[in-house]
Amino acid sequence: MTILQVLQLSKRFGGLQAVDEVSFSLRQGMIKAVIGPNGAGKTTLFNLIAGMLAPTGGEIRFQGRAIQGMRPFRIAGLGIARTFQNIKMFTGMTALENVMVGRHSQSKSGFLASMLHTSGCRSEERAIRVRALELLDFLGIADCADTLATNLAFGQQRAVEMARALAMEPSLLLLDEPAAGLNIYETAEIGRLIVRIRELGITVLLVEHDMSLVMDISDEIVVLSFGQKIAEDIPTVIQQDPEVIKVYLGE
Amino acid sequence: MGKNLVFLPIVAVVIAIQLLTAWTGTIYYLTQLTMSAYYSLLIVGLCVVMGYAGQISIGHAGFFAIGGYLSAALTTRNLIPHADFLLVRLLNSLGCLQAGQDVYGDPLLVFTPWVACIIAILTTLIVAFILGVPVLKLKGHYLAMATLGFGIIIYRIVLASAYFGEADGISGVPGFMLVPGLLVSGDKAWRVPNYYIAWSVLLLAILLLRQLIDSRVGRALRAIHGSPEAAEAMGVDIATYKLKTFMLSAVFSALAGVLLTHYNGGIGPSEASVMKSVRYVAIVAVGGMANLWGALAMGMLLNFLSLRGLFGSYDDAVFGLILITIMLFAPNGILGLQLGRIWQGLPYFLRKKPVTKGVND
Repeated sequence: MTILQVLQLSKRFGGLQAVDEVSFSLRQGMIKAVIGPNGAGKTTLFNLIAGMLAPTGGEIRFQGRAIQGMRPFRIAGLGIARTFQNIKMFTGMTALENVMVGRHSQSKSGFLASMLHTSGCRSEERAIRVRALELLDFLGIADCADTLATNLAFGQQRAVEMARALAMEPSLLLLDEPAAGLNIYETAEIGRLIVRIRELGITVLLVEHDMSLVMDISDEIVVLSFGQKIAEDIPTVIQQDPEVIKVYLGE
Repeated sequence: MGKNLVFLPIVAVVIAIQLLTAWTGTIYYLTQLTMSAYYSLLIVGLCVVMGYAGQISIGHAGFFAIGGYLSAALTTRNLIPHADFLLVRLLNSLGCLQAGQDVYGDPLLVFTPWVACIIAILTTLIVAFILGVPVLKLKGHYLAMATLGFGIIIYRIVLASAYFGEADGISGVPGFMLVPGLLVSGDKAWRVPNYYIAWSVLLLAILLLRQLIDSRVGRALRAIHGSPEAAEAMGVDIATYKLKTFMLSAVFSALAGVLLTHYNGGIGPSEASVMKSVRYVAIVAVGGMANLWGALAMGMLLNFLSLRGLFGSYDDAVFGLILITIMLFAPNGILGLQLGRIWQGLPYFLRKKPVTKGVND
């Protein structure tokens, strides 16, 4: 079953065609990677799907519903979670609180209920805390729960960001360079983690520079170059693709 | 519940101050403390807007004035000349109006304080909504500019319209019977109860705000402050949250205006002036922005000193100076300075050659 469909998606910034009529789709439960040299339009593509940018052309369909141009918080509410290339922790909040914010779209206490601490609000709050702790535990950083997120090591912050995204109970998880800034051991760890996330039934779309990670875990790979899709296939085929080799290694 | 134990020492201090003034025969201090408590009600509301929603409003005196002026006008302006209008007759039959006598003994028909208060609060909500909806969708400090304009408009309206008493303001505002036995009034006989009424309202407001901050909504607000992009990616509707916070604080301001006007028995145009709004911003900044206790402490202290006339004719200048000083030297507020560190730093400061770290090491 197709969960996400990107159809002829385009984004132009003035004279620059950052994404040029790109089409691909994701089946439920797969891990798909988008690769390409710097400036190929990977992050722009991500921001289009997550709603941070509005496309200049084309369509994005999530579970059959057109979502292009929707505000990011609405897209998040539909079940698309994301992480950021340069980690964006909520400053001044603990790791646990960061993950608790991830429960936002799964809970509903408003201003009045929160001010009055109604019994519904209190039980929801307990449920949020329990789930957030579970996720910190799932990512192996439960002992960091009460540390300010910005004081954690880089790899731990990345894990908090993952937990925060998982707290949204997404059906699609967008990972923007999850291995950026990590050493090979941490990268291998992240790779195992992504596979475990898929086992939870979550579809994963990732943008990544680290070839070994992408080749290891992806079911399919999309290759972008100068905003255009130049290849899409399973990893072993992509590795042999002369066009891809040309883009990456030069002639 | 344990988190609310922090209120106990404050309640103790409030009671101790009252007992102390009774014992030393300085009960007149309670008047300024009561007034300061109402101003602090506005300030803790503004604290949530500035510290947690990250917006600056230079128009909260305008909301205070909407509350104060509407309740003053509605409870003093005689409706007898209009008694034949259908609306007036309808309001009268619904019990929204009360009869009385003015200072010359002539019959008077005015709104009851409770109805006036509700009208004032609803008006404030509508105005805050109209002001906030377009502005809060934009990024940056547009709210500061819009609220500044709004504050000036309210000031000129109350100064120019006969209904609001022009430069004289409105006097002769009756007391506000909250519940039988609890009258908000500046009458000497009611001085002690009013001190406790004001503090009860203020502490209740702080309790509600603390619970708000310590909840899903408060977490979302802090997340917006920490990283707006990430908050939105978590499903937080930033514009709506900022709008609701702004409206909430506007209601706090209007309520402060209503209660203080009944306490003072009147209101004048200076309450609506932009300098008042700047003063409130300065006090929240001194208190440390995202710090309700700091806002409370500084709100009480500075308003009390100002009302006691300590700053004399330089009143507004003092608050301007405070704002500049805080922005330059203590952006985290007075309580954020951690005065102990200054003592530790003193010997270094007094050294002839301060040790400086080279750029290359």
